[in-house]
Amino acid sequence: MADAMAGETVIAISGLTKSFGGKKVVDDVALDVKRGEIVGFLGPNGSGKTTTIRMICGLLKPDSGSGTCLGMDILKDADRIKREVGYMTQRFSFYEDLTIRENLDFVARIYAIDHRKERVRETLERLGLTSRRNQLAGSLSGGWKQRLALAASVMHQPKLLLLDEPTAGVDPLARREFWDEIHRLAADGLTVLVSTHYMDEAERCHRIIYIAYGHIVARGTVAEVIAQSGLSTMIISGGDIIAIANAVRDRPGVEQVAPFGNDLHVVGPDPMVLQQAVDTALAEIGSAAVARPGETSLEDVFIRLMQTARIEDRPPNGPDENGRPA
Amino acid sequence: MSAASRFSPSRISALMIKEIIQLKRDRLTFAMILVIPVLQLVLFGYAINTDPKRLPALITAADNGPNVRAIVAALASSDYFAIAPGIASEADADKALMDGTAAYVISIPPDFERDLVRGLRPQILIEADATDPSATSNTLGALPQIIDIALARQLAGPLATKATTPSAVDLIIHRRYNPEGITAYNIVPGLLGTILTMTTILMTALALTRERERGTLENLMAMPATPVEIMIGKIVPYIGIGLVQVSLILICAEFLFHVPMMGSMALLLAATLVFIAANVTLGYTFSTIARSQMQAMQMTFFWFLPSILLSGFMFPFRGMPEWAQWVGSVLPLTHYLRSVRGIMLKGSHMGDISGELGAIAAFWLVVATIALFRYRRTLD
Ligand SMILES: Nc1ncnc2c1ncn2[C@@H]1O[C@H](COP(=O)(O)OP(=O)(O)OP(=O)(O)O)[C@@H](O)[C@H]1O
Ligand SMILES: [Mg+2]
Repeated sequence: MADAMAGETVIAISGLTKSFGGKKVVDDVALDVKRGEIVGFLGPNGSGKTTTIRMICGLLKPDSGSGTCLGMDILKDADRIKREVGYMTQRFSFYEDLTIRENLDFVARIYAIDHRKERVRETLERLGLTSRRNQLAGSLSGGWKQRLALAASVMHQPKLLLLDEPTAGVDPLARREFWDEIHRLAADGLTVLVSTHYMDEAERCHRIIYIAYGHIVARGTVAEVIAQSGLSTMIISGGDIIAIANAVRDRPGVEQVAPFGNDLHVVGPDPMVLQQAVDTALAEIGSAAVARPGETSLEDVFIRLMQTARIEDRPPNGPDENGRPA
Repeated sequence: MSAASRFSPSRISALMIKEIIQLKRDRLTFAMILVIPVLQLVLFGYAINTDPKRLPALITAADNGPNVRAIVAALASSDYFAIAPGIASEADADKALMDGTAAYVISIPPDFERDLVRGLRPQILIEADATDPSATSNTLGALPQIIDIALARQLAGPLATKATTPSAVDLIIHRRYNPEGITAYNIVPGLLGTILTMTTILMTALALTRERERGTLENLMAMPATPVEIMIGKIVPYIGIGLVQVSLILICAEFLFHVPMMGSMALLLAATLVFIAANVTLGYTFSTIARSQMQAMQMTFFWFLPSILLSGFMFPFRGMPEWAQWVGSVLPLTHYLRSVRGIMLKGSHMGDISGELGAIAAFWLVVATIALFRYRRTLD
C-alpha cells in the first residue's frame, strides 16, 4: 500500500529555473514527490506546468536547479530516466498516420517490451479498442486519443507517470475510469504527477501543488490548501442574484463574487468584514435574500492564488495590456 | 531487458517500421518517388543542349613545325579549347581522357609538315570525350574551319597552291565512349545522380521536421531512443527508396535510351549506395537544422541548384570558371556523375573511380558528424 512505501522519494528537485527569451517561465521551483503518491499539478494557463514536467523528464534543459528523479540525476541521467518514466504530452503526439495497433506496437518495440504482441493485444482489449485497432489514430475523437495516449504511456510499466492534462476533453465516465485506473496503479507503487485544470480531479489527488507564473504558491492536501488560504465564503440564495452581485462586488473585504446557479458565492479573507459587507449590500438594495456561511471551494482558493500571484509576480509573458509593472 | 543497452536493434527496427508504414500511407509522396524519375528522364533525355567553351585539351605532336604551331595557336585562340602547355605523351593523353581531365586530345603525326607541303593531306587525329555530346558537338563542328583558316594564312605565300579544297589536312575525329554522340548517354547517368539528389535529400530533410511540426517529436524524445538510433531509423528506409529509384532509372535507360553498360553493375550499385547514403545523411542534417518543413524544403532546393548547375550535369565541369569548379568539387553529385559516366560509358574500374568515391565518403562522414552534433536532445 501507499503508506508502506511512503518515504521513498521519487522526485526531489530544487531551484529549478527555466527562461525563454529572457523571461523566467519556471522560477526556483522545488518538488518533492514520494513513491505511490498522486500529486496534482495545478496553475493557470502559461504558468509553467508543462515546462516543469518537460524538465523532469529531460526534454528541456533547466537553466539552473538540480535534483533526482527515481534516484537518478535529472541533469546527467536523462537517458536512463526516460526508460522508467511514462510521459503523456498535453497535445496528442502519437502518429496520426499510424493505426492504433501500429502506434502501440511502435511504443512496445521502442521500450523493448517482452511479449510485445500479447501486451499490445491486452492493451487494446483493456481500452476496448480491439475492434478498431486498424483505424488510423488520427481519425479517433479527441477523448479517445487521450485514452490511447494514456494506455501507450503506461505500457512499459513505468515507475513514474507524468501526465500533462490527460483528461482534457474526456467525458465524465471515461474520466472516472481513468482516475480509478490511476489510483489502482498508484496502489501498486506507481508515482503520478498529473497536471489538470479540473477541481474535482485536484480533489482526487493525494496532494496538490499550485504553480502561478513560475512560482509554487501553494502545496499540500486539498484541505490544507483551503485552510492556508484563510478565505471565508458566504452563500446568498433567493432574490435577484445579478443586482446583489453588483451591490456587493466593490465593497471592502469582498474578493470574489460568483453566481452558482441560483446562489451567489461571495468570498473574502476576513469572515467578519465579509459578513458586514454582505449585510450592508443586501440592506442597501432592500433584498430579502438569505446569506449564510458556506464552505470555501478549491476553485475560490485557486482564483485567489492566481490573482495575488499576478500582483506580486511579473507575468512571464511580459507586462500585459493592462500595464502592470514588468 | 535489452532496453538497458546503449544501442538497441529493437528500437531501430521500431523506428524503421514506423517510417515505412508512414511512407506507405503517404500516397502522394509515394507516387512522386516513382513518377519523378521517369518524367525527368523523358523530359531531359532529349532536351538539354549547351555550347560550352574552353574545354581542356592536350596536344600530342610528333612534329613541331611552323604549320603545327599555327594550328595549335589557332585552336588556342578559338575559345573552344583550353590547351594545356607542352606536348603530352600518348599514354598521358589517354589517361587524361579516361579520367576526364582532358576533353580533347589532338594528335599530330610525324612528318606532318613534310606531307603538308607535299600536298599529301596529312591526318590530324582529334579524340573527343563524347560522353557528354552536347559539350563536344559544337566544337567538333567548328574545328575543320578553324584549322583551314589557320592553314590558309600559313600557306598564303609560296605554298598557296597547297591550300586546296576540300582541305589541306585530313581531319579524323574519334568520339570516344559515345561514338554516335547520343545525348541520352550522357543525360541518363546524369539524371541518375540528380534525381537521387533531389528526392533522397528532400525526403529525409522532411523526416525530423515533420515530427517536430506534428508534435510527435516530443513523444519520440521522451522515449529512450538515442540520436544515433533515430538517425539510422530515419535514414535506412530512404536508402531503400533511393535504390528503388535507381532500378527504375536503369531500366528506363536500357529500354528507352539503350544506354550502354560498359562497366560492372556491382560497382555502379556500390557507388550509388555510397552516394545515396551521403545524400540522405545530408537531408537528415538539414532536418536537424530546419525549424519547419518549409525551411527544410528551402534548404533542399538551395542545395539542389548548385548541384545541377555546377556538378557537370548541366555544363561540362572543365568548362566552368575555376571558382565554380571549386564549389563543384565539394558536391557529391559531381563525383557521382563522374563515377557513373565512367562506369557506364567508359567501363571504369574500381581503381579509376576510387578518388571520386573517396570524396563522396569524406563528405558523408563530415555531414553525419554535423548531424549528430546538431541533433537536439531536448526541445530547447
Ligand atoms: N519553447 C518555448 N519557447 C518560448 N516560450 C515558451 C516555450 N514553451 C513555453 N513557453 C512559455 O512558457 C510559459 C509557460 O508555458 P507552459 O506550457 O509551461 O505553461 P502551462 O502551465 O503548461 O500552461 P497550460 O495550462 O496552458 O498548458 C508560457 O508563457 C509559454 O508561452
Ligand atoms: Mg501545459
